[in-house]
Formats: sequence, structure tokens, C-alpha cells
Amino acid sequence: MAKAGGTVTVAGEVPTVEGFGADEVLDLHRRMVRIRVFETEAGRLMETGLLPGFLHLYVGQEAVAAGAMATLTDADQITSTHRGHGHAVAKGANFRQMFAELFGRVDGYCHGRGGSMHINDLSIGMLGANGIVGAGLPIAVGAAFAGRYRSDGTIAMTFFGDGASNIGAFHEAANMAAVLNLPVVFVCENNGYAEFTPQARHMLLTDVADRAASYGMPSEICDGMDAVAVRQACQRAVDRARAGEGPTLVEAKTYRYYDHQGVKGLRIPYRTQEEIDAWKKRDAIELIEARAAAEGVVEPSAFQRVWDETRADAADAIAFAQASPEPDPSTVTRNVYSD
Amino acid sequence: MAVRELTYVKAYNEALHQVMRENEDVFVIGEDVAGYGGVFHMYDGLLAEFGDRRMIDTPISEMAIVGLGVGAASRGLRPVVDIMFMDFLAVCLDQVVNQAAKMKFMFGGEVRVPMVVTVAAGAGLSAGAQHSQSLETWLAHTPGLKVAMPSSAHDAKGLMVTAVRDDNPVIMMLNKKLLGAKGDVPEEVYAVPFGQAATLREGTDVTVVALGRMAVEAVAAAEQLAADGISAEVIDPRTVQPLDTETIADSARRTNRVVVVHEAVTFGGLGAEIAAQIQDVAFDHLDAPVMRVGAPFSPVPFSPVLENAYVPNRGSIADACRRILKRG
Repeated sequence: MAKAGGTVTVAGEVPTVEGFGADEVLDLHRRMVRIRVFETEAGRLMETGLLPGFLHLYVGQEAVAAGAMATLTDADQITSTHRGHGHAVAKGANFRQMFAELFGRVDGYCHGRGGSMHINDLSIGMLGANGIVGAGLPIAVGAAFAGRYRSDGTIAMTFFGDGASNIGAFHEAANMAAVLNLPVVFVCENNGYAEFTPQARHMLLTDVADRAASYGMPSEICDGMDAVAVRQACQRAVDRARAGEGPTLVEAKTYRYYDHQGVKGLRIPYRTQEEIDAWKKRDAIELIEARAAAEGVVEPSAFQRVWDETRADAADAIAFAQASPEPDPSTVTRNVYSD
Repeated sequence: MAVRELTYVKAYNEALHQVMRENEDVFVIGEDVAGYGGVFHMYDGLLAEFGDRRMIDTPISEMAIVGLGVGAASRGLRPVVDIMFMDFLAVCLDQVVNQAAKMKFMFGGEVRVPMVVTVAAGAGLSAGAQHSQSLETWLAHTPGLKVAMPSSAHDAKGLMVTAVRDDNPVIMMLNKKLLGAKGDVPEEVYAVPFGQAATLREGTDVTVVALGRMAVEAVAAAEQLAADGISAEVIDPRTVQPLDTETIADSARRTNRVVVVHEAVTFGGLGAEIAAQIQDVAFDHLDAPVMRVGAPFSPVPFSPVLENAYVPNRGSIADACRRILKRG
């Protein structure tokens, strides 16, 4: 359990899915598969030159978004990052509007005004991806503030990377949430790299979680390739938030398979193939499928159905997106202001 | 409406008392706003009336303060965020410019960010280069923001009421040197609409468009000029985003000469924008190029002697009017 100002490391033994029923396992699995399929398709479309702009893909980190989002309701609020598709998908965003936005079309979440880095869906508490590293953290603190102000029982969760833990907004937001005792869960997705700079060269600490102690905030480290472990850690943090016990930092150790931007956007070998392969051996989706099957919780055919349904959903959404009209240039100044 | 004299800062404070009574969603957050009542007493009495749920003191963390406002506003609350000195916007400009201003547009229109960011702006108190700036140009240049610059107690209240009721992020620029200036203020709640300039004095020979405290100086300059038989019209835009180009251009068409005055540095300042807009719509009516009166291209100096020379005043505005009347 998390302690005030202390860090608990969940390490070593691979946790089982024990205690999780088939529905819960399938829920985590479905969220992860939906992210994997969406991102794989987005990467494919980008590489074929069909998508304008930048894509920061989430492949490899699926367990974090899936495990974290399984602890939230639609009314709970999240803020995301430049690598935000996974959070949106796991929170329940639909493929059609997401793909349409990647194509810059009118049926996209932002009607072609935002693109990959600004996908949002207020109806499910997704307060936006964000193109500025660290910027979502203070916004989540405000969303949590609003929940407490209205006593509506909602909390906020904010996602950020190891790199973002070096920016002032992280430290200000963490301290603010702690000192105002707000219901915020800070989820650090530590994928070991700030863009192309390895963690050892951007901070001297091994664990971002250690930073929480500076703010009197409890923290917990979990295996970010294990959706069950992430869910368990986040659940403890969410329970604290809902109980009025303030913010928690959860650090999930994870890995992105693709490049910082795109699939293989930059050819500079800043990572070794051995490193990438080692992480892929612990692939989050393969892990949950293997464990659930071994423990007899879910039949493999049920997992296969999820893959099939998701691929069909993606194919439908991509067709929908490509058929969606381009925005009308005469409407470019629309929605700069609220009336 | 019953009217009495109030200081500029008390008028602002009264606006908050009244809008907080009318709308439970309004809260104030910032450094020393609750317990201390704000470093300029802008928030006196609010903690006693509204309690610490709605009056929130924070750490010195401007990025988190504005970010909290953005997050709360995006969920429908109406934060009034106090950033103390306008210069401090530089440490939280991401939340103002990249988040609050753009959120509605880049999210596709769904969200509203009804947030007021109050700042104390302006030179004249020997506060030095980091506590004296007028940075309205940065903000007015950012689509999505509104910028109000009250020049009187009346407008400090009325523009603040509008700012809090507005569904967009508004930067409320209070001028430090005007905080104690008295003026007639109605007791009731009233709103001064954005984008409607005030003609503070009518005239026929030259139009002076003056922002913030410079409007007060321009009226004084007009009085000096009247003694010399020169009739100057003084226009206070009251908000620079949106900007009431119509009123300014109408006046330019009548007087045929325009001087634009602001405390901010002249280079790239709003004077350039206003001059360009006038020539877009009223070029054929001008008898002389639009003249700009602003600060020289340097940071605000500390020494009272240097600062007096740096900031435009009634004398330099009157001189500019005399010069423009000799042209053409």
C-alpha cells in the first residue's frame, strides 16, 4: 500500500490475473487491443503518406492506459499528452471520430481543427491530448478542483512521461494538488526516453516516483507492461482520491515500440534492437492473453473475437474517415471564441 | 441608479462581490488573494463573505494557478485568476496562450473557457523592469483571448462584470497607477460591453486613441490643447481585443488626424495595428499619417527621472497633437 511521502515498489514476481474475473480481464484486454489496432493502423496510414502532420504512437504502452482507465467512470476527467491516442481510446473514444480527425476531416473530434495532438471528448471526460509537454498536469488539477467544488464525486487523472517530470508544470501541479488536497492521480508513463534522450541522461533518479515525496505525496511503482498491475496500483490511488485523501503519483515502467514520432520516423539508432526485443518479449497484450489462458480465466477464442471485432471497427472507421468531407476554408475562424 | 465615488480598485472589488453573489460558480484563486486580500487590496472582504471554498490562496506557482483555472473553467466554473503583476504572465504564458486561448478552437468548439486572468499592469511606480510592463500586445495578438484595459473606476467595475460573465478567457489589465483614482460608480451591477470604445471627450481637430491609463493622460492633454484653441477628441477603446475599429475610424473621418497612445513600447505595439486599421478603412480622410506615442524600445527603467521620460504623459501627448496638426 502507498504511504504518505513514501514509495512502494511492486516488483519481481509476475502478478497473476487472480481475483480478476473474465469480464475484468476482457475489459483490460479489449482496451489494449483497441489501442494496438488503432495505432498500428494509424502508423500504416502515415507511412503510406495518407495522414498530414505528426503522429506520436502509443504502441507498447497499452497496459498503462488500459489499466488506469479501467478504474475511472465517464464522469472522471483525464488530461493526456502528445502521445494521447491510447488514453482517448481506453477512455472510450470512438474510432470513427478519431480517424476522421487524423485525416483532418469535418467528422473528426475537432472537425479538422486539432489533429492528433488535440483529440478530446468531453462526453467521456477526455479533456484533451496536449501538444505541450507537461501542460495537461495543471489542467487536471483544475478539473479535480471543479469536481470537489461541486462535490460531484469525480476525480481527475493526468498522464505524463518521464521527460515531463523535468518540466516546471509537473512540479507546480504536483505541489498544488498536494497542498490543496485535490483528488488527482498523477500517472507517469516512464518509457525510458524523453523523445530521444535516455532517462539516465535527463534525470539522476531511477524512479520518477521518488519525486512525489518532495510534495508530501504518496507514490507507487508498477509494471507498466502488466495491465492488471497498473489497474491495481491506479485503483489504490483512485480510492485515496475519492476518499478525500489527496493526490497520488503512480509510476508505470513501460516502453514504446515505435519511434518518438511516427513508426520509424528517425533513423538515428538511439536505442538498440536488443533493448526493443527484450521489452517486446513482455508485450502487455501477449502477457494477459497467456496468463488468462494458463489460469483458465478466459478462453483464447474470446480474445480472438476482440481482435476480429476491433479490426472490423478500424476498417469501418478508416472508410468513414476517408469519406468524410474536407473542412471548408471559409470556416477557418469558427470557434475561436464562444458566443 | 444611485451613483457614488469609489476608487478604481474598490470598483473592481465591488464587481467581484456582486458577481460572486449572483453566480456560485465564480471563485478567486491566486497568491495572497484570500487571507491578505491581494497585494493591492483588490480582494478585500471577499474571504469574509464567501469563505475559503471560493477564495483560494495558492503557492507561488503561476503555471499551476492558471492551469487550475483552465481545467476548472473547462468544466464550467468561472475562475478569476490573479497573477498579481502582468510581468509574471511570462512564467505561465503556456497556460494562457497555448491552453486557455486555443482550447475551444483546437478541440473543435465543444469546450468553453470562461476564465478571467487579472493582472496589474503599467509603469510609473519605480517598480522596475519586471513589475511595470504593459504587455497587451502579446495577448491581443493571440486568437482566443480578450483583453480589457479599464481607464476609470466606472470601467474597472463594468468591464470586470462583463469579463466574469464572458465565456472566453479574458485578461483584465488593471493599471497600478490608477488603483487609487476616484470616479463615479453606480451601486448596482452593470456591464460595460467589450468592443465598444468610449469617447471620453469630443473634438474636431485631432483624434487621440489612448489605451488604459493613457486615456486619462489624453483627456488632460486635450484640456491643455483646448486652452490653445485646439479641439481634441479622446477615444478609449476599453478593450483592445476585441477592438472597436468602427468608433475610431468614424472619428478619424471627422478629424482627419489621429494620434495613438499607449504605455507599451511603440515598436510592434497596438498603435501600429490601430494605425493600419485606420488606413485600411479611412485612408482618404487622413490629412497626415497616423502618429504613434509609446515607450522607447527599452525595458521600463527604475529611476523616477528615467521612468518619467519613458512613459508617455499629457505633455508628450499634447506635443504629438500639435505636431500632427502642422502636417499636411
